[in-house]
Amino acid sequence: MPNRRWCEELTEHPLRIVLAKLGFDGHDRGIKVVARMLRDVGFEVIYLGLRQSTDTVLAAAEQEDADAVGLSIHNGGHMTLAPRMVNTLREAGVGIPVVVGGIVPAVDVPLLLEEGVAAVLGPGASAAEVGETIRSAVEAARADVD
Amino acid sequence: MTREPAELFKAACGGDRRATGRLLSLVERGGADGDLVAQIAWPKTGGAHVVGVTGAPGVGKSTLVDRMAAAAIAEGGRVAILAVDPSSPLTGGAILGDRVRMNSALGAPAGKSPFIRSMASRGQSGGLALAALGAVRVLDAVGHDPIIVETVGTGQVEVDVVNAADTVVVAVSPGWGDAVQANKAGLLELADVFAVNKSDRPGAADARRDLELMLDLGDHPDWRPPIVETTATAGEGVEALWKHVCSHRLHLLETHSLEARRGGRAAEEVRRHLHNRIDGLIARPSEQVRQLIREVTEGLRPPSEAAQTILRSQPPGDSP
Ligand SMILES: Nc1nc2c(ncn2[C@@H]2O[C@H](COP(=O)(O)OP(=O)(O)OP(=O)(O)O)[C@@H](O)[C@H]2O)c(=O)[nH]1
Ligand SMILES: [Mg+2]
Repeated sequence: MPNRRWCEELTEHPLRIVLAKLGFDGHDRGIKVVARMLRDVGFEVIYLGLRQSTDTVLAAAEQEDADAVGLSIHNGGHMTLAPRMVNTLREAGVGIPVVVGGIVPAVDVPLLLEEGVAAVLGPGASAAEVGETIRSAVEAARADVD
Repeated sequence: MTREPAELFKAACGGDRRATGRLLSLVERGGADGDLVAQIAWPKTGGAHVVGVTGAPGVGKSTLVDRMAAAAIAEGGRVAILAVDPSSPLTGGAILGDRVRMNSALGAPAGKSPFIRSMASRGQSGGLALAALGAVRVLDAVGHDPIIVETVGTGQVEVDVVNAADTVVVAVSPGWGDAVQANKAGLLELADVFAVNKSDRPGAADARRDLELMLDLGDHPDWRPPIVETTATAGEGVEALWKHVCSHRLHLLETHSLEARRGGRAAEEVRRHLHNRIDGLIARPSEQVRQLIREVTEGLRPPSEAAQTILRSQPPGDSP
C-alpha cells in the first residue's frame, strides 16, 4: 500500500505512462520488465510494445491522457529517436515529459537532456528510482505548464 | 492548458482527441468535475451502439476488437474502444496492454482510426462499472458510434461492465477449459453473439457443438445467439461476426427491446451511484457518523438504528 499512497499524494490518481519502443529495436524483454516495475510502484502503464512510431505514441498519449511517455531504446538510435519524440509532442502541444531508458552512453545523457528529454535511466535503476524519476519529471512538467 | 469541462466538451465534439482523453480522465476520477462532465454529456447520449466483448484471459478479445473496429470503420463508423483491465490490488498500478493488439486501423486516414482508451479497475468495487459507463457516455456524446468495450470475463465487476452493453459478444476458444470457465463466470448467459476464436486450432467444431447444445437447453424465443468461428489474427470470420453484431442491434430496435435493456441498466446505474455515496459516508465519515459508530461499538445502540439515523440526516444534494 505505501507505493499507492506515494503516487496518489501527488495526483490523487495513479500516474499514467505510455511505454513504447520506436522503430526496429530488437526484442521486448527489457520494456516488459520496466512495465512490471512501474506497475509495482503504482503506475498505470499503457503498454504499446514494439515497432511504434512517434505518431502512434502521440496518439496514444492524447487518447490515454498520459502523464508521461517512456521510451525503451536499445539500438543506439536514442540521439535521433528521443528528440524526435520530444518534438512531436511539443508540436502537438502535449506538455508531458519523455523519459528514456535502455542503453545510452554516459556522454550522450547531457545531450539528450539538452534536447528536451526529461530524464535518462540506465539499465541498473531500481523500481523505486525509476518511479521517483518519472514522478519528479511529471511534477516539473506540470509546474512548467501552470 | 487546464480547460473547463464545457470547453473541453466542445473541442471533443469537434474531433479534438486530446480533449476527449481529458474528459475521460475527469469522469474516471469522479468527484465534482466528473459529475459536471456527466451532466454536460448526458443530453447528447444514447445514439451509439455499445458492444461489449468479454471472455477468458488471452482468448483473443483485443485482436477481435481490433478487427471488428476495422469492419465498422469500413462502414463509416466513428469507432471508440474502451479496454478495461484489472489494477494490482497491492500497488494500485496496472499494465494496460490491449493496445498492443490494436494496430490494424493505424493506417486508416487521419480521424478515422479508432479512439482507444485503456482503463484500469483502480480497485473500486462498484466504481469501475460506474467509471466505465461514464466513459462510454462521454464517447457517445462526443460522436463515437459504435463503442466497443473489452473486459476480461472473470470477475463480477467485469461482467457488470459488459452487461451494460447493447450487444454482448462472448469469445471462447477451442478446448473445454474455456467454456467451463465462461460458464462459471455466468458469461454464457450474457452472450448475444458467440465467437469461437482461434478456429485455426483443432477443436473449433467441438466448441461450436458444445455451445449449440448449451443453447438447445435454454429458451430463445426471439433471438438465439449465433455462433461464429473466427481467427482474429487473420481476420477470418470477423466480417460475419460484425454482421451478426449489427443484426442484433437491428433486432433490438425492431422489437423495441433496446429501451427495455437500457431501462434495466438505468436502475442499476442509479443503484451504483447510491451505493458509492453510501460507501463514501463510511469511508470519509463526518463527526456525526463517527459518533454513531462509537455508540454502536460501545453497545449503546444497534447498527441498524445508526444506519437509519445516518440516512435520515442526509441533506439533499450533498455529494460525499
Ligand atoms: N492462433 C491464434 N491466435 C490468436 C487468435 N486470436 C488471437 N490470438 C493470439 O492470442 C494472444 C492473445 O490475444 P489477445 O487479443 O491479446 O487476447 P485477449 O483476450 O485480449 O487477452 P487479455 O486482454 O490479456 O485477456 C495473442 O498472442 C494473439 O496473437 C487466433 O484467432 N488464432
Ligand atoms: Mg486484451
